[in-house]
Amino acid sequence: MVAIAERILLTKSNVRELHSISVYLEHGGYQALKKALSMPPADIISMVEQSELRGRGGAGFPAGRKWRFLPAGRQLKRYLICNADEGEPGTFKDRQIMEFDPHLLIEGMTIAGYATGSCQGFIYIRGEYDWIAKVLVRAIKEAEDIGFSGNNILDTGFSFCVDVFRGAGSYICGEETALIESIEGKAGRPRLKPPFPASCGLYGEPTVIHNVSTLAFVPFIIERGPEAFKSFGKPGSYGTKMFGLCGHVNKPGVYEHPLGVSLKKLIYEDAGGIKGGKRLKAVIPGGLSAPVLKANEIDISMDFDSLTAAGSLLGTGGIIVLDEGVSIPFVAQKTAKFFAHESCGKCTPCREGTNVIRFLMDRLMQGKGSLNDIEQVLRLCRYMKGATLCALGEAAALAIGTMVRKFRDEFEELVK
Amino acid sequence: MSKLALTIDGKSIQTAEGQTVLSAARENGIHIPTLCYHPRTKQAGKCRLCVVEVEGLPGLRVSCSLEAKTGMVVRTNTEQVIETRKMIIELYLSNGKHNCLACEANGACELQDAAYRLGIDKPAFPEIPKDKPYDDSCPMIIRDMNKCIQCYRCIEACNSIAVNDVLDMGFRGSSMTVVCDTDKPMGKSSCVVCGECVQLCPTGALTEKKAVGKGRAWEMKTIKTTCGYCGVGCQLDLHVKDNRIIKVTGAENTAPNYGSLCVKGRFGYDYVHSPERLKSPLIKKDGKFEEVSWDEALDFVAGRLTEIKDKYGPGAIVGIGCARSTNESNYVMMKFMRAVIGTNNVDHCART
Ligand SMILES: Cc1cc2nc3c(=O)[nH]c(=O)nc-3n(C[C@H](O)[C@H](O)[C@H](O)COP(=O)(O)O)c2cc1C
Ligand code: SF4
Ligand code: SF4
Ligand code: SF4
Repeated sequence: MVAIAERILLTKSNVRELHSISVYLEHGGYQALKKALSMPPADIISMVEQSELRGRGGAGFPAGRKWRFLPAGRQLKRYLICNADEGEPGTFKDRQIMEFDPHLLIEGMTIAGYATGSCQGFIYIRGEYDWIAKVLVRAIKEAEDIGFSGNNILDTGFSFCVDVFRGAGSYICGEETALIESIEGKAGRPRLKPPFPASCGLYGEPTVIHNVSTLAFVPFIIERGPEAFKSFGKPGSYGTKMFGLCGHVNKPGVYEHPLGVSLKKLIYEDAGGIKGGKRLKAVIPGGLSAPVLKANEIDISMDFDSLTAAGSLLGTGGIIVLDEGVSIPFVAQKTAKFFAHESCGKCTPCREGTNVIRFLMDRLMQGKGSLNDIEQVLRLCRYMKGATLCALGEAAALAIGTMVRKFRDEFEELVK
Repeated sequence: MSKLALTIDGKSIQTAEGQTVLSAARENGIHIPTLCYHPRTKQAGKCRLCVVEVEGLPGLRVSCSLEAKTGMVVRTNTEQVIETRKMIIELYLSNGKHNCLACEANGACELQDAAYRLGIDKPAFPEIPKDKPYDDSCPMIIRDMNKCIQCYRCIEACNSIAVNDVLDMGFRGSSMTVVCDTDKPMGKSSCVVCGECVQLCPTGALTEKKAVGKGRAWEMKTIKTTCGYCGVGCQLDLHVKDNRIIKVTGAENTAPNYGSLCVKGRFGYDYVHSPERLKSPLIKKDGKFEEVSWDEALDFVAGRLTEIKDKYGPGAIVGIGCARSTNESNYVMMKFMRAVIGTNNVDHCART
């Protein structure tokens, strides 16, 4: 059991019925919103900036800096979007908040909406989370009934409505600009950047978009201050993160820790080690897009910089643990299939590249491949990187390329 | 407009503020290949062929959509850039059915040109079987989606230039295909056959049906002329082989149409070679039309108009101008009726 003192988001995970507003209020809910509404919006932005909170959706961009990108002057209409698409394979942390503590998200969004001058918030939730969408809709209604959301919040004159928008089952709609296109009723395909959403987003208006977990930290930062937030984690990676462990572990689940926790500890202490007493083979540390680590690389601190330095990514913190029985070419084949299926098709290296990789991986797995096929997969992974319109194609190239490079002998086995 | 200076491939160049790196390079004779970019559909960023390296920026950047900035240091021919471009072209070749021998676009195809310039013989990737629609339901246009390179130019042409809102990209990943309306055959869609999409297609995916098999690009002369159908005066390029028109395209970069045409201007050229075409005036004599000289015809018309005017007065005559002829012609018509005939009975066809 992780000590409660080590957590920010899941401190109340033992509280029953936390999703109902009365219970949430009993446990100190909406105090941060009250405090925020008594402050000038610029001070809230400063607090978030000082906390050095980095986005938890994958890219780790500093939240405060993103808010500063909004054009000066408050005359323009603005939107706040919560990215609850949670499509990255191996990732299941955001649902933990939305399902069991939905008011935390609504409170965080409303504070962020106030700070950024937004009039309207959207929660873009993956279509498969249909029951969670209902939990959110109910919670928004409760908050509106008591005056914490909607028109003229707590008689301050500030109005902010939150709507739940259900996705239709596409991974690419988690990419912020594809998500915006999807809310606008168009096919989910990323836009060319710049312009970034902060200057031209939903319906062409300035838009701030954040992951569920990022927004859920905001009430804590407002209530307890940036320094309290920075007492968790380490420089460059302050605060905590919810890590989701899955695969061949004894106790799969979501565990919150300060950033910088050891991957080894997560696997062997929190998740109870490898199932069936088998040996560990590899770990995908941040959702399928994050390059794989070999068993001897898991003595690593789970923070943004350490994982980047190790050639991988903190990503979503969805940790996929693979035991010795797993064939890495098989994992690579499945990964290729996933990315080829989810590529939106807009840019050539990803659309055609993922398709050719899938074709080559199938051929290799059928025993009909050649050494040249392995070389061509590596060639594609090398040159797709840096050449795609959005990060999906690049992620495919990095993830698959790393599997081939680190476990090359297993791929060569297939062509013997 | 103020100028700014940047460096491309070690050469320092000047360009106007607001220009893209691509245009700055092209203005200065530095070649950067493109496929999805067209000057009329602008910013694209889809094919990724125009990638360049920029000092201080991570990854590669698409030069068609990158604004040139003072002091920028750009490289268009590093190993990473060239290999990325080769990969892209090879991917196109292995993911489509590109048989240049049989293709109408041979010699006027931007994919073929790019492959040639990059020295690509055969793709190193396996050929992946494709079975996308071949749609010849439209009377004037053939769509072969196995040759489509998903550049979006036709879509921009239809939605942003012609503003007909017929085309869009349907499906996703390697199944992504241009669709008409909700994936209908072109001939059954809301397409008005303006042909804007065909004109901007860089490959043989969209072709003029009537031109099939009639000649190669290099066998045709291009003759610029003014469309004879209406008073707008669109500029046409006639593509002519052996003194016959093989196809018509809109002349780019020139007023009033800047490349756009309507269905008649683009596809209605058969009359030029019709044996039934009138080449001299006709007068009905003894119940039968006879060819006469222009002098005889004009004398005849002037004589009859004078006769009618003398006998019944100018009010017995009315002049109907053509709503689609030029302002100048209609002005002369009006002047003729008022000053020569002496009547205010002038009108035009669209009101009668
Ligand atoms: C293919 C793709 C899928 C993504 N899916 C998600 C997602 O499911 N949830 C998410 O929060 N961010 C996702 N992102 C990242 C978003 O584009 C964006 O960076 C993020 O929502 C910003 O929020 P943050 O600053 O709070 O991290 C995805 C990005 C890509 C390229
Ligand atoms: S990288 Fe893939 S998903 Fe992203 S825009 Fe290109 S084709 Fe679409
Ligand atoms: S012919 Fe004109 S209307 Fe028809 S699809 Fe092409 S651009 Fe659109
Ligand atoms: S049909 Fe032609 S213009 Fe349209 S996307 Fe395909 S290649 Fe481009």
